[in-house]
Amino acid sequence: MSETPKKILDIKNLDISFKTNAGIVHAIRGVSLDLCKGETVAVVGESGSGKSVTMKAAMGLLDSNAIINSGEILYTYTDKDGNEVTTDLLKMSRKELRRDINGQRIAMVFQDPMTSLDPTMTIGKQIMEGMFLHKHMEKEAARKRAIELLDLVGIPEAEKRFKNYPHQLSGGMRQRVVIAIALSADPDILICDEPTTALDVTIQARILELIMDIQKKMKLSVIYITHDLGVVAKVADYVNVMYAGKIVEVGNVNEIFYEPKHPYTWGLLSSMPDLDTDDERLYSIPGSPPNLLHEPKGDAFAARNQFAMAIDEKEEPPMFQVSRTHFAATWLLHPDAPKVEMPVELKTRIERAQKEVAKYL
Amino acid sequence: MSEPLLKVENLKQHFRISRSYTVKAVNGVSFEIYPGETYGLVGESGSGKTTIGRSIIRLYNPTEGKIIFDGMDITGKLEGKTRETLRENMQMIFQDPMASLNPRKKVSDIIGEGLDIHHRYKSREDRAEQISAMLRKVGLSPEHASRYPHQFSGGQRQRVGIARALIMNPKLIIADECISALDVSIQAQVVNLMKDIQEETSCAYLFIAHDLSMVKYISDRIGVLHLGYLVEAGTKEEIFSNPVHPYTKSLLSAIPHPNPEVEKRRKSIAYDHASSGIDYAKGTEHNVGGTHTVLATDEEFDKWVNLR
Repeated sequence: MSETPKKILDIKNLDISFKTNAGIVHAIRGVSLDLCKGETVAVVGESGSGKSVTMKAAMGLLDSNAIINSGEILYTYTDKDGNEVTTDLLKMSRKELRRDINGQRIAMVFQDPMTSLDPTMTIGKQIMEGMFLHKHMEKEAARKRAIELLDLVGIPEAEKRFKNYPHQLSGGMRQRVVIAIALSADPDILICDEPTTALDVTIQARILELIMDIQKKMKLSVIYITHDLGVVAKVADYVNVMYAGKIVEVGNVNEIFYEPKHPYTWGLLSSMPDLDTDDERLYSIPGSPPNLLHEPKGDAFAARNQFAMAIDEKEEPPMFQVSRTHFAATWLLHPDAPKVEMPVELKTRIERAQKEVAKYL
Repeated sequence: MSEPLLKVENLKQHFRISRSYTVKAVNGVSFEIYPGETYGLVGESGSGKTTIGRSIIRLYNPTEGKIIFDGMDITGKLEGKTRETLRENMQMIFQDPMASLNPRKKVSDIIGEGLDIHHRYKSREDRAEQISAMLRKVGLSPEHASRYPHQFSGGQRQRVGIARALIMNPKLIIADECISALDVSIQAQVVNLMKDIQEETSCAYLFIAHDLSMVKYISDRIGVLHLGYLVEAGTKEEIFSNPVHPYTKSLLSAIPHPNPEVEKRRKSIAYDHASSGIDYAKGTEHNVGGTHTVLATDEEFDKWVNLR
């Protein structure tokens, strides 16, 4: 594959509010992100930053109190006649999405395998469900394919397990089944919403390696939604850092981890415990995320930002370009801004990380 | 060395499910906690770490073994006096701050419940004073006292949980996965708070978690638990710089590093107990050096030590 990768999903200026008893919550405030074929994009942020809502919008799974103010989600695919088609997913009705997109072209893996499986159905049946619905497969063929999928996701003795119920499996095995279901209709895009948060560290590593493996085999494009930067470092090609309904920094994974520009990204990276140092204190971002019930004035991160300037209170920073792929929304990058470096602790940590890389090359 | 604050000897906790089936959650675990230190207990889900915490605070009745707290034996039937001292000096912080706070009680009553039960105040003003002092200590403001749990964010709620545990001025706090339900940036805040409080009050922590990287930050000594056995124990330096047991190694290798270039090339070490042929029941405690011990048979021990 020498050609430049094709854009498969392109979210443009998405803006979503929720109507609640307390008032209008402006949850997504102009989000743009794109995904190219075969790549992995991670969306990182704290809970309430809007990362899940963005992806739910693409799947048409938004709650009924959601109002889409503006934006489009362009999805490009090849239809059965081999023509390339681009559609706006936001313009499709729920029914159309259900019939043509969900599961078939864009599949999702949810956080908790306990609640996303049907406890009254055998796992085999749950895997075949999608094949009957989307591919109109014969029962025998579907059964064969389901067993293949169970093999693919690393469940031993697939034939025997086929008749098991979810409660007979461990948490890690259940998440493997969920992945098998997501893959059952050969989707183009796999959205993983915190796929390993409910799992143990040892199993987390194995599930992530499994998804990476399958991605290579099936040439999938994957979107990860997570708050764990360690997971991001392992799997992602590109990273979008989200804060208060906005993407504040985007870049490829090396740019985000080795040359972060936004103070929020600095904070996130610094608050990760580091195994190589014996620091007495862990850095923590002061305060908590803003309540989006009240529209933040200026930069939403200003109140928690020790580098905040006067302009941060007045005006929202635009995206400044750092390199071809790297953008960050902070006034610190404005040519007139004073020169501010990332905190020293983070800098030494990154330098050490880069030295460590040399050992692996 | 001073006397240990808590001494757990050969603790076994079995749950009889039916006549023919007993879950052996904890199988002979021994460790000690000294005053003012933090002992980290790590392991995957189902390894028995929460059960140990609950047996120590006597939410369960231990099947076998001895728990000695501050010189008192707290196994078996508790005498009235022992029970009272135990309840005053040992407190617990739970995993889910949403589920462990009574939604119908005000924060002041949640925090003050211990004071009420043990009559630890002279007047109403004294009670209110103690509660607001505690709220300030955990980084909340005294005005928060009249609010209800749902009016707080997750991190703030966990601070209320910590305040509730601290108000009795306990000698030992059992923190059961108290940060796993929180966001990364909030986790750091809570861990720092717990460290500050320890410096101030010199209470000891039993810190139960599955996240080794956080455990490293807060603990002085660490015990690694698997399937109800303590497979490896030692100071955090000993465990992190020189893991011996294959399970500990796989746990350490599973921690993702925030370093993409390394992380993309590294594969974690898998450990499959069923196929490894290791029988924990046959192992005995072997000393690796210092306070570092590992559960192994003689042959396994030789093999693992020579491996490094």
